[in-house]
Amino acid sequence: MSREEVMTTQQAQRSSFEAADGMVSFADYNFPDERGHFGRFGGRFVAETLTHALDELDRVYRTLKADPAFQRRIDRDLAEFVGRPSPLYLAERLTRELGGAKVYLKREDLNHTGAHKVNNTIGQALLAQHMGKRRIIAETGAGQHGVASATVAARLGMECVVYMGAEDVERQSLNVYRMKLLGARVVPVESGSRTLKDAMNEAMRDWVTHVDDTHYIIGTVAGPHPYPSLVRDFQAVIGRETREQCLAAEGRLPDVLVACVGGGSNALGLFHPFIRDAGVRMVGVEAGGDGIATGRHAAPLCAGVPGVLHGNRTYLMEDEDGQIIATHSISAGLDYPGVGPEHAFLKDLGRAEYVAVTDEEALRAFHHLTRTEGIMPALETSHAIAWVMEHAPQMDSEQIIVVNLSGRGDKDILTVARHDGIEL
Amino acid sequence: MSRLAERFAERTAADSSALVTYLVAGDPAPAVTVPTMHALAGAGADVIELGIPFSDPEAEGADIQAGCERALAHKVRLRDVLDMVVAFRQQDTRTAVVLMGYLNSVEAMGYERFAAAAAEAGVDGVILVNLPPEEAEELRQALGALGVDLIFLLAPTTTDVRARHVLGVASGFVYYVSLKGPTGSANLDVAGVRTRLDDLRALTGLPMAVGFGIRDGATARAVAEFADGVVVGSALVRRMGELAADPESIPAAAAAFASELRAAMDAA
Repeated sequence: MSREEVMTTQQAQRSSFEAADGMVSFADYNFPDERGHFGRFGGRFVAETLTHALDELDRVYRTLKADPAFQRRIDRDLAEFVGRPSPLYLAERLTRELGGAKVYLKREDLNHTGAHKVNNTIGQALLAQHMGKRRIIAETGAGQHGVASATVAARLGMECVVYMGAEDVERQSLNVYRMKLLGARVVPVESGSRTLKDAMNEAMRDWVTHVDDTHYIIGTVAGPHPYPSLVRDFQAVIGRETREQCLAAEGRLPDVLVACVGGGSNALGLFHPFIRDAGVRMVGVEAGGDGIATGRHAAPLCAGVPGVLHGNRTYLMEDEDGQIIATHSISAGLDYPGVGPEHAFLKDLGRAEYVAVTDEEALRAFHHLTRTEGIMPALETSHAIAWVMEHAPQMDSEQIIVVNLSGRGDKDILTVARHDGIEL
Repeated sequence: MSRLAERFAERTAADSSALVTYLVAGDPAPAVTVPTMHALAGAGADVIELGIPFSDPEAEGADIQAGCERALAHKVRLRDVLDMVVAFRQQDTRTAVVLMGYLNSVEAMGYERFAAAAAEAGVDGVILVNLPPEEAEELRQALGALGVDLIFLLAPTTTDVRARHVLGVASGFVYYVSLKGPTGSANLDVAGVRTRLDDLRALTGLPMAVGFGIRDGATARAVAEFADGVVVGSALVRRMGELAADPESIPAAAAAFASELRAAMDAA
């Protein structure tokens, strides 16, 4: 399939959701297919050595997904170890200041380890244990997924190795130390652009070498099948809770869901339980870096093309020869040239919309939320807050926005201080 | 008979094995590649795998990653790689040439355009490390229609059920990955590979080449005892990298290495 052909399938994908009267309905949305395809996206593009491990993971996951005992174990861990459900918090002062829609924050920052990432690592660690794997590996950008992986490994007594781009090791030194305290080995990756994508390459190389005794906990809704759907399912607890909490508080569903998108796990976790509710608008906010026009950004859904990387077909930032190009974002967790394939699909379907916010706008939002609500968001999350600050004022006071407050910002204070010219 | 089939058949008839050498196109500089291909062929390489440089070679070990980075520093594109094959074919129509890389390079060009350009350049086969048969049907047909083989890999972790499926669509030769790990890993278990290859032979009449972990005459000889082809990649790329400051010496050094491998294999 050529790139042009991929592009022309967008319309075909969309029209498959159109009824005879031309209305688009998502009531039957049910993806991926058996082999992990979300329309033209997703799939499994890996070296042959890994195929068996992915088949096994898929088989075990399907079995456990239908096993009430396994689900109860996850629910118990999420309640007692993670602290779920996370609150849906009405940001009254922020709402008043913006003077438009009512803004709720889904407080994933209050989870144990300080971000949504642990929802997934709890589930995958239990899967790994069930498969008899004694060793866990992970890639990490901002370090939140690495910390969440090291945390569950410590709890279950498993060996843990975390691959992290050397540049990210420098800018997220607090999280690096946290992982080490938890007993993980952090391996700085010096190849390529020394960021998240290179960490993922290195984790794949580790996995291909130690596939017999190792489970690779991918931290986002990307990678080869079954990872995109598996991680989504573990993160969907965010959206399920939000749904119940919004119905309880407001007696209806929200009008808009907003979340930042790097690989896209916190966004998909929030969005997925609402996909069939056509009246709920979904907005994914990518990292605009210095601005889309400068080329220095990490916004493949806004400015990328379909391609294949890290085991799946999705939107990528690449040059005309298919080489992956260096990305830029002030937030290490969004600094990735690809995105989960289901987001690529939702974009083509027009079911979710994707926009970009610059480093500067995100930093302003970081300060603003900290001062108005006493909640310090991660720089990743600050991108979603920036969208809310711009758009809530244009909405009316009857409307409801839920923004996924995916992580807390403690890890970023050195970056913010450096940007503001303050020496700590 | 295709050029690939001929090269394997010849060596098998002579009770030896085909020597398959891998280098990254454009590494360490574009001008080095075609002379090095000729040098390898002259020293007894039957098949030359020409690596398409890619920014994220996730299945490669450190040596080939470094080779890709050296080539990409010269902005070597897939179009340039194909031009190198065209140049090579002006003097050599005998040695088989196989392009090896990652799917995204081919997707960016488009399947039909790539297939046409590869066939016209004189490419005999294509190996895409991250393209399993399940996702490969469109490209396989586009290449197959023009007589270019899409070559698949089998690994120690491939189940028998799956091996039957892969071999059902395989063409050219079968690339057996001899160990779990990226290219250039060090833990080759020759006896284990031999047993597995014997089992797989019952499922296919295609030549079986073994790669990953073969680094010198001794390992090449041990594998040549039972394999139809011996693939040497990282060990050659590492030598080329060491000579990057003196690129003119590379063709002769590559030839010397290939001769050493050839001699060891012929003694097997």
